[in-house]
Amino acid sequence: MTIVVVGAGPAGVNAAVTAARAGKDVLLIDSAARIGGQYHRQSFRAKEIRVAHERVRHLPDTTVWAIEDNRLHLTGSRVVTAEKLILATGAYDRTLPFPGWDLPGVYTAGAAQAMAKGQGIALGRNVIVAGTGPFLLPVASSLLDVGAKVRVFEANSPSHRWLREPTALFAGRRKLLELTRYAKVARHYRERTAVIAAHGDDRVREVTVAELDDNWNPLRQKRIAVDAVCVGYGFVPQLELAIAAGCRLSDGFVAVDEQQRTSVPWIFAAGEITGVGGADLAADEGVIAGAAAAGVQLGLTVDRRFADALTRVYAVKDGWKSWLTDDTIICRCERVTRHRLQEATGRGATATRAVKLASRAGLGPCQGRICGATVADLLDLDPTTFARRPIATPIPLGDLAANPVEEQ
Amino acid sequence: MNVTINGEPATVEPGRTIAAVVPNVGVFCAIGVCHGCLVTVNDVPDVRACQRVLREGDEVITR
Ligand SMILES: Cc1cc2nc3c(=O)[nH]c(=O)nc-3n(C[C@H](O)[C@H](O)[C@H](O)COP(=O)(O)OP(=O)(O)OC[C@H]3O[C@@H](n4cnc5c(N)ncnc54)[C@H](O)[C@@H]3O)c2cc1C
Ligand code: FES
Repeated sequence: MTIVVVGAGPAGVNAAVTAARAGKDVLLIDSAARIGGQYHRQSFRAKEIRVAHERVRHLPDTTVWAIEDNRLHLTGSRVVTAEKLILATGAYDRTLPFPGWDLPGVYTAGAAQAMAKGQGIALGRNVIVAGTGPFLLPVASSLLDVGAKVRVFEANSPSHRWLREPTALFAGRRKLLELTRYAKVARHYRERTAVIAAHGDDRVREVTVAELDDNWNPLRQKRIAVDAVCVGYGFVPQLELAIAAGCRLSDGFVAVDEQQRTSVPWIFAAGEITGVGGADLAADEGVIAGAAAAGVQLGLTVDRRFADALTRVYAVKDGWKSWLTDDTIICRCERVTRHRLQEATGRGATATRAVKLASRAGLGPCQGRICGATVADLLDLDPTTFARRPIATPIPLGDLAANPVEEQ
Repeated sequence: MNVTINGEPATVEPGRTIAAVVPNVGVFCAIGVCHGCLVTVNDVPDVRACQRVLREGDEVITR
């Protein structure tokens, strides 16, 4: 019996190894060349770290682009039949739009992290990291490591807000200890502050930084010279395979029970697609999912109190909508402005599909991955409706046409 | 390792992605999500520069 794991981040690797230890053959599939996912991204200069278990076969550079019953379609015109499936597809950064965010030199926070960790490259010399969440700290730290000058603007006020979460703080003490590794960032860190506009002709040269009230409405503002801005306002789960397979969602994530079972009997899910809580939680969930898929009861449960508190402490507040102007780009691919989006809804488009067709937001190459959460928030739609994509990733047309080969 | 970028020969370290060696290619997310970094490699269009590791002899054309 083959257990297929999609995603080789902390969740997927732990799921694969646990199932293999229980005696199962495991196929571990990931789009990237090496295992590790986002957290354990390997530098191209370092010796490759591989999965050390003979029952785990790793298929690198392979994307699962569709699920039909229990057959998975892989890039390179291959298919595989899964008896049990573990989805561990992770998440990517959520960005909020602001005037000028489409200028070159504006990136996601994850981009800075991926380029620093994977390629040893700083995206700028004088960089602002802005957004909300503990993730801003490792990003800033990596940028410092590759020689950039960094300032961090956290839109919320976690240093006060955490005091109201004593139980969660205790539950998350392991994670908090990890954050002390980033102490060197403290000198460059400010709360209740955000980048609300970027300026420049050919690329970003300056940003408007604002102090925020509790709801993120801008108060005092000033302009600062920069050569790169990295923004991250939490994460968006990669739900398309789970949705295509019919897994039930809850609060925007894949719903799972204590055994990481989804609503579809042969499918399990682990890691950030089930809720955002960091790499340790993802790894623990992976262990449980791997055991459960192999038919083993571990008697372990994960503690989600810290993860739940993260969503409260680092919630996105509505005031960001006041940063936008009529001609602020909302959908980068199709260059749809807020004005055009409003026009479309003014013409009666209210459901996600109608909004997309009328405004073109979400119809470009990224298929709404970047703008989906924003459009949903602006128009009060369900953000997961943007992850209903027939094909999980744009794939070469040849892959659609060819007779697929069965992967053993 | 030798490649060409818009017809110009270039020498790159093995393991480099296209995004790491070609500036201003439209990188936004650097993890394959935003599709802002699409380039043509060896006549194949719409390749994500941030995901594609360069190989000997690759011919990259940016937009
Ligand atoms: C760019 C980025 C950088 C991050 N860096 C840090 C950090 O430094 N520190 C920190 O604490 N947290 C970081 N995070 C948060 C991080 O997401 C989690 O802590 C952790 O990596 C989650 O583990 P996971 O296993 O759930 O998913 P991930 O680590 O995201 O792994 C998911 C894997 O699934 C693969 N995948 C997705 N869809 C498919 C498909 N259809 N076919 C094949 N493969 C697929 C992806 O290639 C990826 O390797 C980062 C997040 C992002 C987006
Ligand atoms: S930079 Fe986003 S896909 Fe390459």
